[in-house]
Amino acid sequence: MQKLDYLRESPSQTAGPYVHIGCTPNFTGIDIYGGDLGTSMKTGPVQGEEITVKGTVFDGTGTPLRDAMIEIWQPDAAGLFPSANETRGTADPNFTGWGRSPGDMVTGEFTFETVKPGAVPFPDGRMQAPHITAWVVARGINIGLHTRIYFEDEDAANAADPVLARVEHQNRLPTLLARKEADGVYRFDIHLQGPNETIFFDV
Amino acid sequence: MSHPKTPTAGGFIPRDRDWQPDALTPRYKTSVRRSPQSALLSFPSTLSEETSPIFGHAMLGALDNDLILNYAQPGESAIGPRIIVHGRVLDENGRGVPGALVEFWQANAGGRYRHKKESYLAALDPNFGGCGRTITAEDGSYEFRTIYPGPYPWPNGMNDWRPAHIHFSLFGHGFAQRLITQMYFEGDPHIPLCPILSTVKSQAAVDALTALLDMNRTVPMDSRAFKFDMVLRGRRQTYFENRKEGL
Repeated sequence: MQKLDYLRESPSQTAGPYVHIGCTPNFTGIDIYGGDLGTSMKTGPVQGEEITVKGTVFDGTGTPLRDAMIEIWQPDAAGLFPSANETRGTADPNFTGWGRSPGDMVTGEFTFETVKPGAVPFPDGRMQAPHITAWVVARGINIGLHTRIYFEDEDAANAADPVLARVEHQNRLPTLLARKEADGVYRFDIHLQGPNETIFFDV
Repeated sequence: MSHPKTPTAGGFIPRDRDWQPDALTPRYKTSVRRSPQSALLSFPSTLSEETSPIFGHAMLGALDNDLILNYAQPGESAIGPRIIVHGRVLDENGRGVPGALVEFWQANAGGRYRHKKESYLAALDPNFGGCGRTITAEDGSYEFRTIYPGPYPWPNGMNDWRPAHIHFSLFGHGFAQRLITQMYFEGDPHIPLCPILSTVKSQAAVDALTALLDMNRTVPMDSRAFKFDMVLRGRRQTYFENRKEGL
């Protein structure tokens, strides 16, 4: 018999308690790089609606995590990614699309100053509802958790979203919706476990 | 010499969840309350997962990949066995991943991290910060210089010690490739005892995270070398693919 010569993805290991040393060293007081990557998603005036997305990661007992790292990735307000592999057009040059947060030192709350994302298509051409991709790592998480931040004020788009339509238990859908707290301010709490467990993706 | 490069567009091969660690691994106690219990929602990757931000070599400082010097006072250097860690970042199709952001962090030679929540009694090294970063070259290769980290005890069981290890964070060309892992060292007797390393499911997976001494890259009278390749998820190859290689 022949062998398929594919390599296997490197096994994941927890980010551990000191992920902030490696990924946000300035936050821990180690100033080698002159600033932490992903702190600001805007490099100048941006197009579209500027919003704040904040939230907290909770464990199965309801305790906030203060040793997590949260990253988000999203298109600009027109639905274009500031990425070398974006082929549909050129994204807002003042928008990076990528944010990284160690959370607040005391409360663990993460905050991203960003723009409301535009819609991007599903592989079959249907439009997805505006969303932000999020990734959570921390001590005790063996492999990074992917989820999406959708918006509660996008009812019509959410109802037509091909990913949200795949959720078997539709009563869990609210775990993927950012709540509007004030004009331009959304809250997206992440529950790793428990009755409000966030829907995580295998994508 | 040109190297086959990883494609930067297209859907990703699904992650092999029989190979990757489960979320709930009770011997690693912290996972018990931090592990989702519902099934993950599967769907084909979309542009949201197939794209990623751009990290340019221009953002790197000259000492970013030299942990022996990057936190040291002028004229001084970190204490401990000097080592070079090198290897390639590849995709599952065996092609090098150029331009990948590789970030790494570790304890000092005594097993102590520079962190305010760190409680181990081993001494801090005033010349060692414990983090570095680099970006892979056109063939996916990377290297950095550091000191051999010490094993250390941690609160899990009453007497659990971590094998010597270096943490890695990898950023390829798609957000779905995002990966954090740890590198271990050949011959470390703590490897089979570690509740965190035991979250992987096979000896082959342990081996995939174990770097080998590489005498060919060792710098005589200066530094030993260890080779550590890492593999990110690959993209599906489409039948009658008409994209040019590397696009």
